[in-house]
Amino acid sequence: MVNLTINGKVVQAEEGEVLLSVIRREKIDVPALCHHEAVEAFGACRLCVVEITRQEWDGWCDYVTSCLYPASDGLIVNTHAAKVNDLRKTIVDLFLARHPKCPEIIELAAEYGVYSTTYQTVVDGDNCILCGLCTRICDRMGFHAISTVGRGHGKEVSPPLHKAPPDCTGCLACAQNCPTSFIEYSAAKGFLTIWDKKFELLKCSGCGKETITKVFAEHLCQERKIPFEYFQICDECHRKQLAATMGEITSWDREAAS
Amino acid sequence: MQLKNPKQLATLQKKYKAAEERFPKKVLICCGPGCLASGAQKISDKFKQVLKDKRIKGFSVEALKETGCHGFCEQGPLVIIEPDGTFYTRVKTKDVEEIIEMSVRKGETIDRLLYSPNGDGQRIQRYHDIDFYRHQDRIALANLGKISQCNIEEYIALGGYQALAKVISSMKPDQIIDEITESGLRGRGGAGFAAGRKWATCRKIESDVRYVICNGDEGDPGAFMDRAIMEGDPHAILEGMVIAAFAVGSSQGYIYVREEYPLAVVNLQKAIEQAEEMGLLGDNILGSDFSFKIRISRGAGAFVCGESSALMKSVAGEVGEPRAKYIRSVVKGLHDQPTVLNNVETLATVPVIINKGADWFKKIGTKKNTGTKAFSLVGKVRNTGLIEVAMGTTLRKIIYDIGGGIIDDRPFKAVQTGGPSGGCLPESQLDLPVDFDSLTEAGSMMGSGGMIVMDDKTCMVDVARYFLGFLVNESCGKCVPCREGLYQLHALTVRVCEGRATEADLEKMEKLSNQVIIGSLCGLGKSGPNPLLSTMKYFREEYLAHIRDKRCPAGVCRELITYEINDKCTGCMACIAVCATHAITGKKGEIHVLNQAKCTKCGACYAVCKHDSVVVS
Repeated sequence: MVNLTINGKVVQAEEGEVLLSVIRREKIDVPALCHHEAVEAFGACRLCVVEITRQEWDGWCDYVTSCLYPASDGLIVNTHAAKVNDLRKTIVDLFLARHPKCPEIIELAAEYGVYSTTYQTVVDGDNCILCGLCTRICDRMGFHAISTVGRGHGKEVSPPLHKAPPDCTGCLACAQNCPTSFIEYSAAKGFLTIWDKKFELLKCSGCGKETITKVFAEHLCQERKIPFEYFQICDECHRKQLAATMGEITSWDREAAS
Repeated sequence: MQLKNPKQLATLQKKYKAAEERFPKKVLICCGPGCLASGAQKISDKFKQVLKDKRIKGFSVEALKETGCHGFCEQGPLVIIEPDGTFYTRVKTKDVEEIIEMSVRKGETIDRLLYSPNGDGQRIQRYHDIDFYRHQDRIALANLGKISQCNIEEYIALGGYQALAKVISSMKPDQIIDEITESGLRGRGGAGFAAGRKWATCRKIESDVRYVICNGDEGDPGAFMDRAIMEGDPHAILEGMVIAAFAVGSSQGYIYVREEYPLAVVNLQKAIEQAEEMGLLGDNILGSDFSFKIRISRGAGAFVCGESSALMKSVAGEVGEPRAKYIRSVVKGLHDQPTVLNNVETLATVPVIINKGADWFKKIGTKKNTGTKAFSLVGKVRNTGLIEVAMGTTLRKIIYDIGGGIIDDRPFKAVQTGGPSGGCLPESQLDLPVDFDSLTEAGSMMGSGGMIVMDDKTCMVDVARYFLGFLVNESCGKCVPCREGLYQLHALTVRVCEGRATEADLEKMEKLSNQVIIGSLCGLGKSGPNPLLSTMKYFREEYLAHIRDKRCPAGVCRELITYEINDKCTGCMACIAVCATHAITGKKGEIHVLNQAKCTKCGACYAVCKHDSVVVS
């Protein structure tokens, strides 16, 4: 364990634990758009920036992203130093210029007192904030179906060659974790469409509700050694079935006891 | 033939040296990128064709060498006759037979082809006497222009791989690191980190696997130092890498080179094969139990892949995006293993330091910036080309003594160093010694060694706009301050160029620049606003002229200028011929008329007019 100071308070942390995790444990509000506990820290949005210094640095400060910077003994952290607040404000301002119609960004900017951007609004700026969560989660799922493509201002999230991704299983992890709900998908009449790829949906044999895609179920069967029958009923029906079986076990227990 | 021990290498050197000495006279044809572009290959082929059916005493086609870049690209294609160093410039295929007859056979000089510094008929015969070469100190570029491209025999004849033999036979890894540390060698890639310290850190980390990578991803516009070394003297890089690997305890190395340098890729590959065949690379180098392999990793030419962490990701086959380096790549680099990443020039300097010693190296340059640095001197300077000077040489000496001053004796305006991440320095900084620390202090940086000279016809706002535009496209797009911040800075600079900006915009640019510097993830964003900040610092009045007077003093920014034809016009019709929009009308011998409504301000008439009658206002 190491001791460090956050906003004047001495706190304990695991050696090497990232600052953001310590800060969140201390219930200090530091924004972060590209952070997700399920995947490796990325350091792209730069909103979680904090000021750090040490006694021996003699007043010199550095500005680091707390989602990546490891805690160490004697570190002095200021999560809301004037320069940090200034930088965060500039970043949300830049975000607002790029994504003028994105509700999440508009709300965040308002928190920092930015109601209209001071910069040049990007014409046809969409709602993808390029946090890279979708691509990282897709990689984590083991599919690598989508990636960021291109460089600089023209960078975007896309399947290979902008065509329906061959490796996508329609698991929806990307869309459901997109902080701005930018990734579109639709489910209708037994089919799910995402990234221009159409998937057949499984139907619950119990209630007839549509569940996950057949391709994703097959993938799970193969990779996680789950029997295919498991996916033939929906979660709700599973619970009902389980409850019923548990009842049987209880009654069997009672019989055994008597 | 596999060399089994350092002694065999010494014997081989003697043999190759004797072979070299068979022909006292040699013809060296520069086949660097500049000369190749102006037809060096055709000249070389012509030489071979003519020599095929000629018998000349003491000369044969074997004494004809296609060398790497000789440096004086401005005067190419270059042909040099050794041993006296007769220097023929702008050689054409029709001159070849004459050179063979006069210079090779009879030993006479062809005056017409000699270099003339002032174009006044005074000619200099030997290249050693030309100002461009006289003021240079060559270490990393020493073999360029002397040996055939990737010819291991000639490299060995000149003492190549002797440093490796010395290291293997008589030095311990720590001794090598001490020697490099003592020499004060700083990384030539831009940041100037002490190479010895990097190696020492890497060696100390406990790990089974360590990597040595050579950074050949030279991406600065107008820079070609590393390219010249990779193409012309690849064995020096390999030797440096093997020594580095021996010092840090690595068995696998990579050379990261961009696909846009096809000749570099081919020559490096050839060099690797030659060295492996001789047992100077691969398993059991020179019969020792030390093994080291090198593979070439080809990049797709992304500027950001010159950044260490992005480069390592690219080598590993991932998207070339930098990561935060709170844990440095020397600790956790390629495949999360300790990795030494050195620039081409740094590695090519290593064998020389081992051979001649740290004390010799320290005497060159200044106290904290030892040795030499190669630059590609380009722009509005008379003698463009590849140069290498001792650290601490002043900008004035480089631009005026070596570079020969500004073309047409126009006034000097600025010099841009360090590529897109560097800055522009004005005339007041001309006496600045060129080294890592002085340049950074002045608001620019050393970078990998690009040096672009500008005259008074260059608009500094336009220069800042150009470099920012380059960076907007070349930013990896991962972090917001760089991706969006540089985009907005570029947009603001465009506003200035178009005369739409206010003085408040200037303040905004300064503030945003500083935020981008603090907030960005990697060196690209952290140094991205440098071209803007340095031009705003040194050429503020030019920005103000654009903003207040809606005027571009250099006559560059299209929105703020008009072209006019004055009464000096002789009616030659040259401008009418080039005007794409037919905006100029007139008859032969009569003053032409420019219709402003049709003019797109492309500047073609201005460029073509020989009578100064097209003027910018």
